[in-house]
Amino acid sequence: MLKALNLKNINKSYGLIKALDNIDFTVNDGEFFSLLGPSGSGKTTCLKVIAGFEAPDNGNVSIFEEDVTNIPPFKRHVNTVFQDYALFPHMNVRQNVGYSLKVQKMKGPSMNRKIDDILEIVNLTGYDLRKPSELSGGQRQRVALARSLINKPKILLLDEPLGALDLKLREKMQVELKNIQRQFKITFIYVTHDQQEALSMSDRIAVFNNGKIEQIDTPANIYSKPINSFVAEFIGTTSIFNKDSAMKLFNIDKAFSVRPENIIIIETEKDLAAIDKKQYFITNGTIVDCQFQGSHLKISYAIDNNCKLSVFKSLEGNINQKYDINTKHTIAWKRIDITTLNE
Amino acid sequence: MLFRKGTINRLNQAGLGLRFGAIAGLLFLHIPLLLIILYAFTTEDKSYQFPPPGYTLKWFEVVLNRQDIWDAVSLSMQVAITSTFLAIILGTLAAGALYKTSFFGKSSITILIILPIALPGIITGISLRSTFGVLGIPFSTWTIIIGHATFCMVVVYNNVVARLRRTSPNLIQASMDLGANNLQTFFYVILPNMGTAILAGGMLAFALSFDEVIVTTFTSGQQTTLPIWMFSELIRPRQRPITNVVAVFMMFITFIPIVFASYMASKTSESEGSTK
Amino acid sequence: MNKLLDSFSNFTYRNKNFIFLSFLIVPLLWLGIVYLGSLLIFLGHSFFHLDGFTGQIVYEFSFKTLTELFSSPANIDILIRTVGLATCVTIGSAIIGFPIAYYMAKFTSPKVKIFLFIAIMLPLWSSYLVRVYSWKLILAKEGIINWFFEKLNLEWLLDTILSTPIIGGPSLSISYIGMFLVFTYIWLPFMILPIQASLERVPNSLINASHDLGANKRQTFYKVILPLALPGIIAGSIFTFSLTLGDYIIPYIIGTSKFFIGQAVYTHQGTAGNIPLAAAFSLVPIMVMVVYIYFAKRMGAFNAL
Repeated sequence: MLKALNLKNINKSYGLIKALDNIDFTVNDGEFFSLLGPSGSGKTTCLKVIAGFEAPDNGNVSIFEEDVTNIPPFKRHVNTVFQDYALFPHMNVRQNVGYSLKVQKMKGPSMNRKIDDILEIVNLTGYDLRKPSELSGGQRQRVALARSLINKPKILLLDEPLGALDLKLREKMQVELKNIQRQFKITFIYVTHDQQEALSMSDRIAVFNNGKIEQIDTPANIYSKPINSFVAEFIGTTSIFNKDSAMKLFNIDKAFSVRPENIIIIETEKDLAAIDKKQYFITNGTIVDCQFQGSHLKISYAIDNNCKLSVFKSLEGNINQKYDINTKHTIAWKRIDITTLNE
Repeated sequence: MLFRKGTINRLNQAGLGLRFGAIAGLLFLHIPLLLIILYAFTTEDKSYQFPPPGYTLKWFEVVLNRQDIWDAVSLSMQVAITSTFLAIILGTLAAGALYKTSFFGKSSITILIILPIALPGIITGISLRSTFGVLGIPFSTWTIIIGHATFCMVVVYNNVVARLRRTSPNLIQASMDLGANNLQTFFYVILPNMGTAILAGGMLAFALSFDEVIVTTFTSGQQTTLPIWMFSELIRPRQRPITNVVAVFMMFITFIPIVFASYMASKTSESEGSTK
Repeated sequence: MNKLLDSFSNFTYRNKNFIFLSFLIVPLLWLGIVYLGSLLIFLGHSFFHLDGFTGQIVYEFSFKTLTELFSSPANIDILIRTVGLATCVTIGSAIIGFPIAYYMAKFTSPKVKIFLFIAIMLPLWSSYLVRVYSWKLILAKEGIINWFFEKLNLEWLLDTILSTPIIGGPSLSISYIGMFLVFTYIWLPFMILPIQASLERVPNSLINASHDLGANKRQTFYKVILPLALPGIIAGSIFTFSLTLGDYIIPYIIGTSKFFIGQAVYTHQGTAGNIPLAAAFSLVPIMVMVVYIYFAKRMGAFNAL
């Protein structure tokens, strides 16, 4: 498989702040690759280095096996969709979308045809004479997308493009983006702080933290086998036991995390008798919070040694089920369902 | 009491007292100007008698035939146009350099740029005058222009900086991302975006230059700009209605470009389309 | 040509500071040399002095001129007079300007706001000289103010005001009261706009919160609204104060024979050629404003601009 992008030993500092610390990864052709992390973790800086808006202090950037580290952005064959869309306010949609063609000195009916085609793909036919100020957030987002896609780039960089949209629109756009990516066979490099978004859309995810990459893997692996407590806590909901508590309560010599959907609540003696104690961890807890979340309850338990546990209990049609605070329960989970962590 | 007594605080309704105060203030601002216009029509030319004993249009005709006034107008125009041109170049360059980067000494340079307007005109005027004297530069239209350009550049700078700060920093990057080199980015993206700000700043600079009298007195030789003509009339009034007619004219000449500038500024603030 | 542009673009990509510096250099040189140079030379003269006999400037460093400035009672009078007037003008314009600013910030729809904004700026956009001139008309003995007092049979009131010591004078157009009125009028828009900007930034939710917690309208005004408008008032005062300090035209036209700082500077650099003393006088408004702005900044005035 062709390597679309390769970053080797990339370092970048702003004064005393190290924004990128030895960043190293490869993206395959046609992949949907996400850079995921909290604000300030370096993911946007990384994107800028790939696009060429920032030059790294050292290290190499290669695009399709060609070293582009010293090549300015307007010569690189990547396009960017910016977080605030960066639409040219003094141009209408047509002029915005056709900008890169104009720069290449294209004119006339062939240029117009290309613009019309791409507008149809993003569902903006008929809006071509409007100015950005006359469009809604979602429409502006699509203009930004069209503007970048019209070049048929091999790599598209997207900097938190859906951040400003409301939930329903965001979910719709996620589907549309995936469709476009598959249809055009473009490599997507997608920056986001929303782990849900990354999990649902990506082929692989790189988790950023303080300028370093903590883990690169498929969404499933990142979710079920997080490498350390940062990744475990950043992705989804989880309960983490540090080394101390793990030792004291369960005789495990490493910190570990367990996902809430893997924990069962044992409410009767009969249930307790039914499980194989060798395969399960069992402990007692007191409910401190119980939240209704639509399809399930999120219950927080306080257990020994100042530890807290989150449990998802599926409601299974029993929509009014709930538990009172201070109820005591026995809770259990399978031994194989824990993930040990390098703290 | 500033508010109408009542239990409901209706923020969209001001009390009578407040409304009266506001209107009184506005009248205070405008009545003097209206009086100037009124006095341009009076028949009485030796005093400022109120109410005017009679009304006439003859002073307008007299003014149109006064060569010294026309000369003053012409000089003011030349100075204003040239100073504005220089101010646009200097102010835009400064704004382009300073609008985002923070660097050592930036605040000092920013202070330096607004000094010409911040310090009293008399200080600027005397300083320039002594320097011209020391350097042996004779006073001429050009010395006036140099003085004007120096403080007019501030006005252009302020306008352009404000506009640059409001534009998305990503616009230039977006342009380069889409394949444009520096020159194309400048002409296709930067210039159109700054255009109205530069124009607005230029109009303000023009009005400022046209109206300026203090620095001009010190940097001119025998030349008379319109404000200088006006000033000498103020000290030794002769035919007062003539001064009034010229005053009305001056009012509009400085007034129109500024209205134009604000109109442009307000139009473009509507079409800022880069952010969500 | 294209190749040239490309290599130029490459060059600027690698040397980002190039564009920045090339932009800055021209205006900086102009300002630095033409303006700053002249300014420093002029102000530097306050450390020289004028030889009493020859009438020539002695280019030796000394504090003679500065001492002369602060020791002569006549000079001190000038300084006090000017600062005093500037203070009154500031207070006056704050009082007159506040209702307009308040009304505009809180009680008008956006459309009316724009209209009011233009209405306030209009006088500012009409020539300064013309506006000063308009007051010569108004204050003249036969002008509108006199006519007004006559019509109301209040001439005696006008005469009393004019005969008040210090602020009065032979006629309104030659008195401190007259000057006060003109200055206040001229700088009023500079005071209104920052106040309006400050008040605009007071969210209505604060006022609602104050009422919710039991304060009536008067208390809300004095405890919530006014303190939050204070930075704007101070910002406006920077303009009114400094512009009054340095002005010489209005005292010239409306003033008495008693000098203000601006006129002192003007006369001394004129026929007398006493540039050192003129420079010394000029230092005063500058120094006063430096201190004033320092305190104003600490009180948050710069956020209101």
